[in-house]
Amino acid sequence: MTAVRAAGPRPRTGPARRQVVRLVLLLAILAVVLYPLLWMLGASVKSQEEIVNNIGLLPERFTPANYSDGWANFDVGFGRFFLNSALISLLAVLGNAVSCLLAAYAFARLRFRLRRVWFAIMIGTLLLPGHVLIVPQYILFRSLGLVGAQWPYLPLLIPHLLATDAFFVFLIVQFMRGIPNELDEAAKIDGASEYGIFRHVILPLSRPALVTTAIFTFIWTWNDFFRQLVYLSQLPDYTVPVALTLFIDSTSQSEVGPMFAMSVLSLLPVFLFFVAFQRMLVEGINTSGLKG
Amino acid sequence: MALTTTPEQTRRPPRPVRATRRGSGPGAGREGLAGYVFLSPWLVGLLGITAIPMLLSLYLSFTNYDVLTPWPEVEWVGLANYRRMFTADPAYWHAVRVTVTFALVAVPLKLATALGVALLLNRTWRGVGLFRGLFYLPSLLGGSVALAIVWRSMFNADGAVNSFLAFFGIQGQPWVNDPDWALETLMVLAIWQFGAPMVIFLAGLKQVPTELYEAAAVDGAGPFRQFLSVTLPMLSPVIFFNLVLETIHGFQGFTAAFVLSNGTGGPVDSTLMYTLKLYISGFTDLEMGYASAMAWVFLVAIGLITAVFFSTGRFWVHYSDGSDS
Repeated sequence: MTAVRAAGPRPRTGPARRQVVRLVLLLAILAVVLYPLLWMLGASVKSQEEIVNNIGLLPERFTPANYSDGWANFDVGFGRFFLNSALISLLAVLGNAVSCLLAAYAFARLRFRLRRVWFAIMIGTLLLPGHVLIVPQYILFRSLGLVGAQWPYLPLLIPHLLATDAFFVFLIVQFMRGIPNELDEAAKIDGASEYGIFRHVILPLSRPALVTTAIFTFIWTWNDFFRQLVYLSQLPDYTVPVALTLFIDSTSQSEVGPMFAMSVLSLLPVFLFFVAFQRMLVEGINTSGLKG
Repeated sequence: MALTTTPEQTRRPPRPVRATRRGSGPGAGREGLAGYVFLSPWLVGLLGITAIPMLLSLYLSFTNYDVLTPWPEVEWVGLANYRRMFTADPAYWHAVRVTVTFALVAVPLKLATALGVALLLNRTWRGVGLFRGLFYLPSLLGGSVALAIVWRSMFNADGAVNSFLAFFGIQGQPWVNDPDWALETLMVLAIWQFGAPMVIFLAGLKQVPTELYEAAAVDGAGPFRQFLSVTLPMLSPVIFFNLVLETIHGFQGFTAAFVLSNGTGGPVDSTLMYTLKLYISGFTDLEMGYASAMAWVFLVAIGLITAVFFSTGRFWVHYSDGSDS
């Protein structure tokens, strides 16, 4: 039971053999974790027969044409889908950053009637499954003429503009509570208004929480499938996840290579965020989910 | 501080410290107004995006609404949708069974994997950060369509998994196309994404005081006993947190089931997760009244499960600071 001894927080140099067993175990798990991702990467440059017959990670014959074939696929081309995805992801980031920040400031720093009640409701919406609301929201947006409109993305963006991602409101509230109250008091004595305090004290100090919000909003919107599937019906409006499912529907076997090529590209932005902000992503969000 | 030099503030003479606690009580006056101004986008969202749609869907669940009929012709059908769901739609019960099976099997296995790997990683040495980051990667890529596509291909009859098994002389399965194995394939995908709870376990393990292990060791507790008597109780709040989160998450799995089954929940409804059934009823069959009824039962079920977690939690969740939250 090497694992058990590991439960102490500080390094304890166990017997060398234990360390080796631990490392071997971790490497074995790592292989299982990484294999599907590396396999996908390999498959994206394999020919059709090789994808089926060669379970190795590296292709025998390098087939970069999968990328150009995939990119030019489905009439409008995959570039269009990437632009659509990037557009709604960035707008969602902007909407969430502004709306969640405003709500969080009110909850964390201002005193107003019914604050506790609203806060409790906000926490309640954290646990509300999004799928419960999808049908009535669809009906609502449809009756407003926003579904299938010329620019069909408003139903995907409006919830972000209205701070309905309670998770991020909560995240920023928790962060703001850590900002010393003395700063607000000092600013008040200097005659700052609530907006002045928000703009000049809280906003600059909340940047780390905002960055976390921005990165996760981007990743989650980029990867979101359910809502985009429901609201996007015209091929030129499709986002990357919805467009990827077209490959599955297509019966042609020659599409398999391009399918993996585009799958790899679809994960690339998320992966780049991962590389750039690894520490923050791993530590930031998960520890802030715990109390404290 | 830049604060005192902004024109906005220099124009206004310093006010005395505002007495929010005087006169009309806390939250009244300007700060109270400012509170609602800052809160207004969220309030509009709560009403327009959450509360009103929820009430609307409750109403619709008693109607035969199907998007295409104009509003005046929508009929009140009473409990017909609920009756149909519980008594006349075998696919509905099947979806419930599939979803519950998925959550009951995948969530504990995922948490056990996460805890096991967290215990292996819980030491400070070079490279821990890299392992932790790489283990977290599948969780981050999460519910993406791309991952589901990879799964679908790897667990195909002629996919990589079967080739791998054949290497050891094991006869493979057509996994995703076999009604007996398709759901298991989804479970493996969920367990593979053990990174997020693992990171939370790691944060929890760092909070366990070393003294407890030392004291246990002095009392003659072996590693296994230490795990049972120190690690598990000390970690119980984190286990609870992960359990609630992952269970709710597990009940809502959609993308992988959709991609693996071409949006049908097949083969033979074996991957018909609740949310997929809801999507098919609402957006393929356009029976939005029926789908609304399904959504409300789902909401009540998730609420009940959460309530059960929280009411049983106090019997096994140990808070070392003596608080109850």
